[in-house]
Amino acid sequence: MDALQNLGVWGSILIAVVLSALPIIFILLYALVTLYLEMKVAAHMQDRLAYMRTGWHGTLQPFADILKLLQKEDTISSEADKKLFILAPYVVFMGTYAGFAAIPFSSIYIGSDISLGAFFIVAVSSLVVIGILMGGWASNNKWSIFGAMRSAAQMVSYEIPTALAILVAVMITGSLNLQDVTKFQEGGIQNWVVFGGTLPLTQKLLLIPFTVITFLILFTASLAEVNRTPFDLPEAESELVQGFNTEYSGMRFAMFYLAEYANMFLVSAVAVSLFLGGWSSPFGSVMSGPVWGIFWFVGKGMVLVFLQIWIRWTLPRLRVDQLMYTSWKVLTPFLFVCIFGVGLILVL
Amino acid sequence: MSAVRGYFHNIWLAVSTVAIGMKITFRHLFVPAVTLQYPDVKLKLPERARNRLYVNIDDCIGCDQCSMACPVDCIIIETIKSTPDQDLGVTSDGHKKRLHVPKFDIDIAKCCYCGLCVPPCPTECIVMTDVFEFSEFDRHNLIYNFSIMTPDDITAAKEKLKKAEEEAAAKKAAAAAAAAAAKASAAAQPAPPAATPASPPKPEAGKASQETPSSADAAKPGEAPEKS
Repeated sequence: MDALQNLGVWGSILIAVVLSALPIIFILLYALVTLYLEMKVAAHMQDRLAYMRTGWHGTLQPFADILKLLQKEDTISSEADKKLFILAPYVVFMGTYAGFAAIPFSSIYIGSDISLGAFFIVAVSSLVVIGILMGGWASNNKWSIFGAMRSAAQMVSYEIPTALAILVAVMITGSLNLQDVTKFQEGGIQNWVVFGGTLPLTQKLLLIPFTVITFLILFTASLAEVNRTPFDLPEAESELVQGFNTEYSGMRFAMFYLAEYANMFLVSAVAVSLFLGGWSSPFGSVMSGPVWGIFWFVGKGMVLVFLQIWIRWTLPRLRVDQLMYTSWKVLTPFLFVCIFGVGLILVL
Repeated sequence: MSAVRGYFHNIWLAVSTVAIGMKITFRHLFVPAVTLQYPDVKLKLPERARNRLYVNIDDCIGCDQCSMACPVDCIIIETIKSTPDQDLGVTSDGHKKRLHVPKFDIDIAKCCYCGLCVPPCPTECIVMTDVFEFSEFDRHNLIYNFSIMTPDDITAAKEKLKKAEEEAAAKKAAAAAAAAAAKASAAAQPAPPAATPASPPKPEAGKASQETPSSADAAKPGEAPEKS
């Protein structure tokens, strides 16, 4: 910290820019990998092969896709609200990217070490709803506005289970700062919050049913937060023609796409930080350290991303009423029970 | 009470069926792909697959039966009769070829792949192959010309036939004239030589090659008297 202060104003600005640019480099690389992974997993689950002709087993396909998107004509329909239309993809991506600020990638790297980390992520990811609503409204297309409305309804309802699930982990760890939450779970797989955290054994054993259910609910709710199958009603290509991004093309569409993939990792990262030990090694002090930390964090995040992809190619889309039923009548009451139970166990 | 049970049962059903579905998709992750890498690997078509037509023109006798069988008229055949002195050879199954085939065009763009042209062929020279990749940028390229006769061959064959026909016609006329003369001479006995001078001028006008007329002559004079 002293060294940073010695660099002066410009030096610290430069360092701030470099540090804040690190997650976007990660997001771009991760998006390339996930684009490929998604298509390959989809294909193999359906006994197909997917890309085979661009490079070895189609490994160059993500680059080809990006090149294609760059070359595409960027169209704005004449009846669209141009300002909002242009702004919407950036708002969506901004909402996602801002969330990465509070994610601890390693014991030495966190964008912003704020004490309200988890709360900040929940709050700032609501910007995504505004961006999607903006895009759908500005498109001046009935399918787009349907998609945007569904998206708003869905994300607002599912923010409640998400926030409550985060609350359960926060109750156990005693901190909203994800870096502190992760440090609480250091020392091996048995210390992860999903297995009761670093508490006395009797408390741990009592906590495990509640934390496991909470983790599953958080994962389910985060699927809805990122508009992925089975909660992909805002996009619902078979009924809404891609929903809010119907009218988008070229790089603006790519921006929505990138935001969706970044959001997938963001919700996985939150779940990993809160429940699966973040950057800490599952083997205690073995293979731990700042660089291993990045490996563990990204690895655990990718496992959850794979789980999201896996679910996408397994389950059909829910109906709107089923979606609301799941959120308000199942996930939320269960979380109330979990919060009550966890609170009781922690007090005793 | 049953409502509460229904509620939990519903949740249990949701969770367990999701688990079953995910188990199935995970298992399929390791099942070998059932698809083929098409341009590199091709599906072996069944023996009787009906795709592009092929004509072995060496065996074609120009009978036009395939063309007549075709429901969409995509086969167009033109033939030229051979003259008796020409030997066009035999087909691989022993049919004697009597016709030149200057044009054997199949418009494969019109073809409906019904296969009706195949069974009528007496020499089995028109067949459906298993080739199905023959798209073209210009549809005129889809008209396949199976004839191997060059334009020169065609004009030569046509001229020869024309000549032969003219000679045959001349001979017929001569024979007719001879018959008429014979009739006349039979009616009026003392004038037999008058008919003979009348017939020669026409063969001389037809002229040139001596061999064909001689062979035709040998056959026709015998017939002519019988006819009359």
